[in-house]
Amino acid sequence: MLTNYIKIAWKVLLRHPFYTFITLFGITLTLTVLMVVTSFLDHLFGPHYPEVKRGRSLYIATVIQTDSASTTMSSGPASFDFLTKYAKSLKSAERVAIMSNFSFSNAYANGKRIKLNTKYTDVDFWSVADFEFLEGKPYDETNVRNADHVAVITDALREQYFGNDAAPVVGKTIDIENINFRVIGVVKGSPPTRLYTYSDVYFPYTAPKSNYQEKGMRGRFVAIVVAKSAAERKDVQAEFDSHVARIPKAEYSEDKRFNMLIVKADTYFDHFINMFTRSDKDRVALYGIVGLVLLMIMGLPAVNLVNVNVSRILERASEIGVRKAFGAPSKALLWQFIIENVFITFIGGAFALLLTLVVIHFINSSGWIAYADLTINLPVFAISILVCLVFGLLSGVLPAFRMSRLKIAEALKV
Amino acid sequence: MIKLQNVEKVYRTSSIETLALNNINIDVKKGEFVSIMGPSGCGKSTLLNIIGLLDAPSKGQIEIDGSPVKRYTDKHLAELRNRKLGFIFQSFHLINDLSVIDNVEIPLLYRNSSAKERRELAQEALEKVGLSNRMKHFPKQLSGGQKQRVAIARAIVGKPEIILADEPTGNLDSAMGNEILGILQKLNTDGATIVMVTHDEAMAKKTDRLIRLFDGTQVS
Ligand SMILES: Nc1ncnc2c1ncn2[C@@H]1O[C@H](COP(=O)(O)OP(=O)(O)O)[C@@H](O)[C@H]1O
Ligand SMILES: [Mg+2]
Repeated sequence: MLTNYIKIAWKVLLRHPFYTFITLFGITLTLTVLMVVTSFLDHLFGPHYPEVKRGRSLYIATVIQTDSASTTMSSGPASFDFLTKYAKSLKSAERVAIMSNFSFSNAYANGKRIKLNTKYTDVDFWSVADFEFLEGKPYDETNVRNADHVAVITDALREQYFGNDAAPVVGKTIDIENINFRVIGVVKGSPPTRLYTYSDVYFPYTAPKSNYQEKGMRGRFVAIVVAKSAAERKDVQAEFDSHVARIPKAEYSEDKRFNMLIVKADTYFDHFINMFTRSDKDRVALYGIVGLVLLMIMGLPAVNLVNVNVSRILERASEIGVRKAFGAPSKALLWQFIIENVFITFIGGAFALLLTLVVIHFINSSGWIAYADLTINLPVFAISILVCLVFGLLSGVLPAFRMSRLKIAEALKV
Repeated sequence: MIKLQNVEKVYRTSSIETLALNNINIDVKKGEFVSIMGPSGCGKSTLLNIIGLLDAPSKGQIEIDGSPVKRYTDKHLAELRNRKLGFIFQSFHLINDLSVIDNVEIPLLYRNSSAKERRELAQEALEKVGLSNRMKHFPKQLSGGQKQRVAIARAIVGKPEIILADEPTGNLDSAMGNEILGILQKLNTDGATIVMVTHDEAMAKKTDRLIRLFDGTQVS
């Protein structure tokens, strides 16, 4: 039965190369776009190097001071002092790391200027982020206490600054903004899309120019809080909220300009969404736009599919008449056309998988995102197939339903 | 085996009403070979379609194998067509995308039979029409006479008691036509009840009985 249907489906595909091309093109394109987009979202939000603990992490990245009427507002990263007091002290957390937001510097090698991303971190940063050390080790509490001029650099910077001869660079010095730092470790670099862990060079927060001693609510630091499990993030959030609630108004009111302090420990995704949306209304609008775009991506090929299906099925009146005359109930015919559509969808899915692999490989190797690590994970693929299947069914069932109701005598007149 | 009582068929379109069949009474006995004749447009195909449960009468009663057809539901009719009836059409109606053997297997797809069983029965049916050497061919690779023999194999593969043929030789030359009639006669001798619509007086004479239609009315 099934082989009979698939044989027919296959023959129908071969019989109309043009329709087949259009259909498969639509399905393949849709699935490819979907898979690449999902893969990219996974790259942005999923737990990947070096933030592999993202699934149980919370991010404290923005402090907002405002008044209840929202007439004045001031927002930005937190001060080191704020995070030490209210984040480091979280008892329900497994570990809390504080790091500076991105900043830029210059290094000079043989008279050549190298533009750099720099980051100041505490020691816990190296256990919250799972960097792979190619050489040496991270700085420790002693380095921090002594305000040692030490630095961890990435492999890319090692090559740029020291050249690509294989000799180890740990112990050598690197000149950044006219200060000599001793290289203490070399890590495999990470993509710049991991905003809070990406850098070219990492210093202890006590190194010069980190401004960690600044007072006040806001500054240039963010914190990543790792909970013991994804579920326990709720407790951590509650504890952090209570810490924030206990901050006396005087500390953030800045001469009565503000009477509200908004700072959250959010999951990476929520924290990302909250960068663009301030209210629930904004969020609804954002999801609406995303939904509309998705609908466009999926909808156009689906409509095209319905068209192709209708014209294809109409040509097969004789087949439908014969099958009915020899005892096929309408339901069996309905199934036949559904199975055909599913079969075609799977062929499209196979093409899309190949195409996506090519596109992802291209993105990864193009240098468009340094250290890009896009992958097709199976859930992504499964979701894509499922969505396309739904469209395949919708676009196939309607015409099939009409045809399966066809009067036999009419169908056989041709 | 087949009994029609006061059968009437009216085709209604928005503007016209055609009385295609008017008060038809037929009784075909088990094992009979009956032919239906009449000028073009007199209602032969309509009658055969009604006997074959491909179309419902506007009025009247049909009995197949002693039991009246009461419920014209899709599932019930499909089952009856599958078990009791085998069709042969003037224009063959083979599915071009399927090989000869796959075409012949179609009626068996809609009952509970294994792939092996289906293959065996289809081979057997093709042997009966002398085409067991063309199983892997496709309809396009066959002559008209061969196509009609495949269609006969398809009609008999499920071993139905009744075979309904609508001008089975209409698209064939007389030699091929006679060959097809020969096969039908053989099936009839083996026990099949056959109703055949034909144009050809000579062919009709070779059957047990002749029903003549004129303008939707039975004249003999
Ligand atoms: N689906 C239909 N709608 C309207 N009229 C029809 C339809 N099918 C057949 N007829 C009419 O019914 C009459 C009998 O047709 P048919 O049974 O095909 O004749 P025959 O097979 O004897 O040539 C003809 O007048 C034909 O035009
Ligand atoms: Mg006719």
